[in-house]
Amino acid sequence: MDTFGWTVLWVVITFSLYIGIAIRSRAKNTSDYYVAGGGVPAVANGAAVAADWMSAASFISMAGLVAFMGYGGSVFLMGWTGGYVLLALLLAPYLRKFGKYTVPDFVGDRYSDTARVVAVVCAIFVSLTYVAGQMRGVGVVFSRFLEVSVNVGVFIGMAVVLFYAVLGGMKGITWTQVAQYSVLIVAYLIPAIAISTDLTGNPIPHLGFGEILTKLDLIQADLGFAEYTSEFATFDRKNLFLITATLMFGTAGLPHVIVRFYTTRTVKEARRSAFWALFFISILYTTAPAIGVFSKYNVIDTVEGASLAELEQIDWVKGWSDTGLLAFDDKNGDGIINYTPDEATNEMVTFDRDIMVLANPEVAGLPKIIVGLVAAGGLAAALSTASGLLLVISSSIAHDLVYKLARPDATEAQRLLWGRLAMGLGVMVAGWFGINPPGFVGEVVALAFGLAAASFFPILTFGIFWKRANAAGAVAGMAVGLTFAALYMINNIWGIWEKGWTLWGINKSGIGIVAAVLNGIVLVAVSLMTKPPSQELQDLVEDVRYPGEQSIGAKSGAIA
Amino acid sequence: MTPTDRSKYWRTNLRLMTVLLTIWAVVGLGMSTLFVDSLNNISLGGIPFGFWMGQQGSIFTFVALIAFYVWRMEKLDESYGIDEAAELDATRVAAGEAS
Repeated sequence: MDTFGWTVLWVVITFSLYIGIAIRSRAKNTSDYYVAGGGVPAVANGAAVAADWMSAASFISMAGLVAFMGYGGSVFLMGWTGGYVLLALLLAPYLRKFGKYTVPDFVGDRYSDTARVVAVVCAIFVSLTYVAGQMRGVGVVFSRFLEVSVNVGVFIGMAVVLFYAVLGGMKGITWTQVAQYSVLIVAYLIPAIAISTDLTGNPIPHLGFGEILTKLDLIQADLGFAEYTSEFATFDRKNLFLITATLMFGTAGLPHVIVRFYTTRTVKEARRSAFWALFFISILYTTAPAIGVFSKYNVIDTVEGASLAELEQIDWVKGWSDTGLLAFDDKNGDGIINYTPDEATNEMVTFDRDIMVLANPEVAGLPKIIVGLVAAGGLAAALSTASGLLLVISSSIAHDLVYKLARPDATEAQRLLWGRLAMGLGVMVAGWFGINPPGFVGEVVALAFGLAAASFFPILTFGIFWKRANAAGAVAGMAVGLTFAALYMINNIWGIWEKGWTLWGINKSGIGIVAAVLNGIVLVAVSLMTKPPSQELQDLVEDVRYPGEQSIGAKSGAIA
Repeated sequence: MTPTDRSKYWRTNLRLMTVLLTIWAVVGLGMSTLFVDSLNNISLGGIPFGFWMGQQGSIFTFVALIAFYVWRMEKLDESYGIDEAAELDATRVAAGEAS
């Protein structure tokens, strides 16, 4: 069977699995729909968080990103994992004890309805920017491996997500994500292990990493590139720090991750899920830099100094040249390809970072069955993240806006129906973005992290750790943090007063942490200048700090 | 829990958090960003140490920090006689009898 046949087979098998799980885990009430009935075991919840978190970008692009940015790529590796320490220690146990459905729920109950509305707007904005990229990712993987158009791929993805998310809500999504994590991690590790064995004789990529790293450093220096391990080639010291911090605090402020800690049975299980989540994520994140190094080494080793005629005979070179992600131009006409940092002499003119993971198995000459599996892994990563984000969009509309603010007298059946309708709407919007992608998805993701760090993280942590924090402080803090971060980034990207303008050379991706600090300062100042929160609110804070004791939503009535 | 116990429990929790978050900041934001160039002078089996921390070591540290936190907090809960699962089961039984 050829690659196409294997890919079809893998996709059919995995998609059937997701649909089978969806049918078995239909949601019966709003608790099932928004928080999976609050009864997901810690290990399963951790795997679901991991799949939720690792998107098409993590699976397909990250190894390549790190391979091309060298040490600068570490900001993503550290930022997107370090945030879980903040989540585990500062948010997860307390939000579980609070025990409701959404992030705006906590903001609304702890502060005020005004704060809830600001939180809803942030949650929807952050989730929409993310989901746009995911649906596109589904379409791209389909088109590359299954010879359909990107749009048909997006439609197939929409149909599958629509089926399990509308039917099962959080319950269906959680259990499909457990399956999706298994698929994506197997698809990621098999090629990594095979290549590591092939190149270094050591099957563990993390150990084979060092040997190839040294070789790559030498090769890059020979060809005139910056040494692969040189520390400030991409970002300077200050920006390495600020971007890493922004990604960490942004991660801890992303609503689709935070809501996952409502779905466990107890505070203890919530803490454990945070551990399992980072454990599962770290398997992929520590393998990615190794794949980046192996793959870059392999490609340069094959291409550099080879004759163009010979290269054109290699299967994967031919295949990836057809997609436009790899292109050669024999500029000096000597029939030999040279890879250099100089635009004028470089003859590997296109070397797309996404090739690193997707072409990896072919470059290493692995069997076709594995090439197909990698495609299924990419789809699993994109679908699982899309569905988690869609749930946040759906719950923000149906639960926070319609039920909490407009129609608090609604019946259980009505609320469940609204949730499903909002989910359907969300899938349509996501699909629309997948088919008509905004040209600036990459830029907007920096925006999403910056805004999450600037808005949610400070008000959530102060809400738990400082009883004196009040509604006026929270609203003022969020307003200042959001405005500052948004103005800085929008001006930097598109120009309001001066495109590309920076304050002390701070990269737009690193401004979120500055905005978060401003948010905190304003929150403290305004809270101290205004009246302390009511005794009732201070009791709520006291209550979330301790596990057990009339807990688990008994008071709030979240879990029926 | 009595009010004294509660404040003792909370203070222990805050102390543990402070220690772990300090390690987190030193490793994740210090060693791998601010001081990475100095650490790169140290070689770890051929890999510059700062580089290795940024791409591997810091992530392992984060996992270990959460693991330690989970373990300590479970011990703390136990020493204060907190058993959420038992409490939940009891509530469920009580509710079942009432209805």
